[in-house]
Parts: sequence; C-alpha cells; structure tokens
Amino acid sequence: MTGRLCAILTLLLAACALSLVTAQYQARRLFIEFERAQAQTRELEIAWAQLQLDQSSLSKHARIELHARRDLNMVSLTPDRTQYLIREAK
Amino acid sequence: MKKPAKRMAGANGHRFATSPVLAVQLPAWRSRLVLFVMFAAFLTLIGRALWLQGISNEFLQKQGASRYARTLELPATRGKITDRNGDVLASSLPVKAIWAIPDDVLQAPRDKLRQLARLLGMSERDLNKKLDSDRSFIYLKRQVEQDVVDQVLALKIAGLHTRKEYKRYYPVGEVMAHVVGFTNVEDTGQDGMELAWQKSLAGTTGSRRVIKDRLGRVVEDIGAIREPHDGRDLVLSLDSKIQYIAYSHLKQAVEKHKAKAAGVVVLDVKTGEVLALVNLPTYNPNSRSALTGAQLRNRVLTDTFEPGSTLKPVTIALALENRLVTPNTPVDTAPGRMTVGRATIGDTKPHGVLTVSEIIEKSSNVGTAKLALQMQPEQMWEMFTTLGFGQPPKVGFPGAVAGRVRPYKSWRPIEQATMSYGHGISLSLLQLARSYMVFARDGDMLPATFLKISEPPPGQQVISRNTAREMRMMLERAAGPSGTAPLAQVPGYRVAGKTGTAHKVVSGQYANKYVASFVGFAPVSNPRIVVAVMVDEPTVGGHFGGRVAAPVFAAITANALRAMNIAPDSSVTSILISPDAPEESI
Repeated sequence: MTGRLCAILTLLLAACALSLVTAQYQARRLFIEFERAQAQTRELEIAWAQLQLDQSSLSKHARIELHARRDLNMVSLTPDRTQYLIREAK
Repeated sequence: MKKPAKRMAGANGHRFATSPVLAVQLPAWRSRLVLFVMFAAFLTLIGRALWLQGISNEFLQKQGASRYARTLELPATRGKITDRNGDVLASSLPVKAIWAIPDDVLQAPRDKLRQLARLLGMSERDLNKKLDSDRSFIYLKRQVEQDVVDQVLALKIAGLHTRKEYKRYYPVGEVMAHVVGFTNVEDTGQDGMELAWQKSLAGTTGSRRVIKDRLGRVVEDIGAIREPHDGRDLVLSLDSKIQYIAYSHLKQAVEKHKAKAAGVVVLDVKTGEVLALVNLPTYNPNSRSALTGAQLRNRVLTDTFEPGSTLKPVTIALALENRLVTPNTPVDTAPGRMTVGRATIGDTKPHGVLTVSEIIEKSSNVGTAKLALQMQPEQMWEMFTTLGFGQPPKVGFPGAVAGRVRPYKSWRPIEQATMSYGHGISLSLLQLARSYMVFARDGDMLPATFLKISEPPPGQQVISRNTAREMRMMLERAAGPSGTAPLAQVPGYRVAGKTGTAHKVVSGQYANKYVASFVGFAPVSNPRIVVAVMVDEPTVGGHFGGRVAAPVFAAITANALRAMNIAPDSSVTSILISPDAPEESI
C-alpha cells in the first residue's frame, strides 16, 4: 500500500517538475516574442516620425511654390479671376 | 586505579583501561574547555549563517543581482511640435554619438584613422588633436546619422563606441525659427516654444529591471517596470501656410527697401490665436553654427519700439468713448504746428480744419494732441494699461517684454501730447497688434496665445461697441484712397488700418532712422485677422509706413484671407489706388 502511494507520488512529482520546466520555457519564449514585438513597435514609431518629417519637408510651402511657379507655370489666383460660390445663410 | 580489572592487558596482567600507559592524569577543565570551544565555534557559525542569510543579506543579494540583473533605461521621446493643421514643425529622431577611448583608438592603423576622419567630416589633424587627450572618454562627434554610424563601425576600430541620443529636426527651417525655437545637443529646449514648454515636451524617462542571460539577451523582467512617458506633442496656433505667406512677403519687402530688420504678426480676431509671427533676419534652426544675435532676436516679442502714428486710433477712441467728440466734430489743426510748453509739435503739412475722422485719415499729430490735451493723463494711462501696454503679455513665451509706459503722475503736458501719437511710449509689435483687436472686435480684447485653442476665452471690454464700430469706419477711410495708406488696399476685401512712421531713438536722441509700421485688419464687414507689420530702418524706396509697411500688409492680408477661405466683402473693381499717396506725419 505504502509502496504504491510512494510510486504514484514520485510520478506526480516528476510530472510537476517537467511541467514547471515547460512552463518556464514557454514563459521565456513568449517573453522574447513580446520583446521582439516591442522593438518592432519602437522601430515603426521611429519610421513614422521619420515619414512625418519627410512629409513636412517635402510639402514645405516654399518648395511647393517653387515647383508650381517654375515647373508647372502656375500663377497666384486673384479675386478678379475667381468665381465665389457663397452659401446663403439659412 | 584501584578498581578491579575486568580484562587483562597483555602479559603484565593489567586491564586495558587501567593500563598505566593510559593513566594520564588530565584535569577535568580541559575537556570542558574543548566542549565549550566547539560549542562556541558552532554558535559563531550559526550566528554568521543567520547574519548572512537572514539579517544582512543585502550585500550578497546585491552582488548576485549585479551578475544577472540589469537596469535598462527606457528613454522618452521628446514631443513633436506641430502647427494648427498637424504639420510637423519639430520632431526628434534617434541618432548616435560616437565616443572613443583615445589610447585604444590611436593603436589603429593610419589609413583607418584617415577614413574615420573623412567619415566624421573633419581633417585628420583635428581628429588627432582630439584623440591626443589624457582623458579616457571623449566624444568624437555627436548627433551622427545612422548610415554614417554604420560605415564608421564597419571600420572595426578598437576603442570606438556609440551612444544613442536624439536629434531635433525642423523641416520648415527658417520660416518658423523664432516661434518654435530650438534645442541643444542634449535635446533640451533653448529658445522659443521649445524652451517655454520644455517640461511637457521632454517627458520622463522610465526604467525596468531585467535578467539577462550570458549572451546579453533579456530573459525576464524583475520587479515593476517604470513606464517612460513620452513628451506631449505641442500644437501651436500658427498656420504654416499663413506663416509662409507672411515670411515670403516680408522678405521681399526687406530686400526691396534694404531694411535692417522687420517683423510681422497675424492674429486671429475671433480667438486671439497668433496665426503667424515672422522676424527677419532669421536663421536655420537645423544648422546653427554661424548664428548671430541679430538673427536670434525675436523682434516682435522681445524688442520694443515707439509705435508712432499707429497709436493715434487709441487716443481717438478714448476721446470718442469719453464723449468728448464724435467722428464729425471739427478740430482746427491750422497752422499745422502747435506749441506745448516750450516744445513745438507739427504735421508734415498744414491741414486746416479737420474732422476727427480726418485726423486719423490724414494722420495729424496736432489734431490728435489737441484731443489728448483735453483728457486727463490718468485716463490715457488707464487706457494704455487696459490695452496691455507696459505689462509683459501673458503668452507663455520666454523674453516677451513689457514695453514702457511711464506713470501718469510724472507726465508733462508735452509728453502727454506726444504720447497721444505714439512717441515717448514703447511697445512690442505683438502688444500693438493685440490692441487693434479692440477695434476689430466689438470693443473687447482677447489674450493672445501661441497654442491652438478650441474655445476663445471671454474677452475684456475696453471700449463700447459703438466706439469700436466708429473706429472701424475711420480706420477703413485711413486705409482708403484718400488716407495715408492707399497701398494697403486689398482687391476684393475691405481693409482698415493705420500707418506709423517713427523716428528711432539712438542713445537718447531721435536719429535720422525710421521704423515704418502698419497695423490693420480685414475684412471690415466681419474682421477675421489683425496684421501688424514693422520694418526697421528702411533705406531705399521711402521710409513711410504707407510706402513700406502698407504694401506688405496688403499682400499678406490678400493671401491669408484667401488661404483661410474667407469670402470677399467688396467688389473687385471698386479699388482705385492713386499713384502718389499723400505722405503722413512723423
């Protein structure tokens, strides 16, 4: 009787120990994955800031005006050449 | 040994225990001593164990932790600065600082050092000079961009290391320089809004404790993470489109008139927000190696000047408000000069009898002074103070000046007279622009702000609704064909405003140098913007406000109103500009 109990408990103990090992392993693996995802977030944030900056410097008004005037031969509009559509106040 | 022997030891017939060889007489205290010493030794061991494991375990735990635990700093990114439409005006990106241990680096072969110098953009001599140092840590170059860093690291020079840091980029550069300001190499605000909002922009760095494995990989967090808080983004009230319009037209004017400096400020009449603020000369915040004080100066906010005739509407408004006169009351300004005490003030030419409205239109000093002398100094002083003159504007901008309004008790009549037309009093351009809000709105005034606001704060009533309306009509005539500033006319819109030309005070004396200014608002039927222009020391093509500053006002107003999608309130053809505008008084 005692012998059987002992065997069962030993098996249980071994199983517990093994599951602890796997759990710990899983935890580390997930942690690394999480780390990697976080690093990616940071990278994307930096890329986003970079792109915003690029957008800002490319859409600089001085640059747009230069291209519009020089490359596209555009001129500033004046009120005498503008048709105004004014919504009637209700 | 008298005991009977039980066992015989050998042939001698002695029992073992009673053998005379063993019969050493030892004193009893010795065994006791041994026992005691051993007991004490065990006690010491137990005590020591208890001490190490239970009471003073800190040191050992620290030693253990230092072998596997690391504290990582979690950097906070500095907040972006954007304009009211979300265009980025300033943003930080990670870069690297390259630092070296000089003794190690000097071991590297010469051609590698030559390549290093080339990559860092310095001469080999400079590099050697830098490395020739007793210190064990020197920065070779800071804020190096990533692609250069990669090339430097590819050289594989021992003793060369990098450190992560941030660099601030200003995509619109010199156009916005004075408002946005700049940061130093540590990404700390030094000027402008970068300095004023340093705390909220900077954020707070966080930290986390981790366990690292042998290869330096993070294995696990220990303890709580202190989250980093990124700096908050700052949304300015500026509109980069209007700012650019103001910048480009002001720049043209400075070049045309070969002026020393100039400034423009555009205010939103409905909210008090600053839509544009330009100073010339300016600088590029991205490369500040050759920066002069003149470029750095934010003239609109930190310099004061004598406003000259642009202050006349304030005096006239006070006279109207006190029911001293109506816009049609005649005032005799003949013969164009007037003696107050021992001093004489005059107009550029005699105008004879003018109505109050015409005093503004023709910008008559004599007329304004006559009205002013009918009022108490205290009333004028109160008006100036209510308009915010003599007090630093509460705009949260570093270095915004108060200007100078002397206490009314010390005013002499001549001073009261000259102050009525803007001499002997000094203001910043922002203060002047803000005071015109009283006329553009219905007599109330809002605080100016550099931050985008969703709801305008309640205004402070300065003059009555009716006076404000009358002033708008007068100022519209002043900017009209018969006024001093017909060049302020904008096709399609009704504009109102007043010119100013002031002598500059150089070391206490009025010098032959001028400040030309124009402050106005548009459209008159429902004012939306106040534009104040100031040109310092124009030398070519006139020095009068009507000649120099008014055209800048017209160009900025026309384009800004268009950019803001504001419908015209006058027909396009009604504008007639006479080629020779009458000149105004100084």
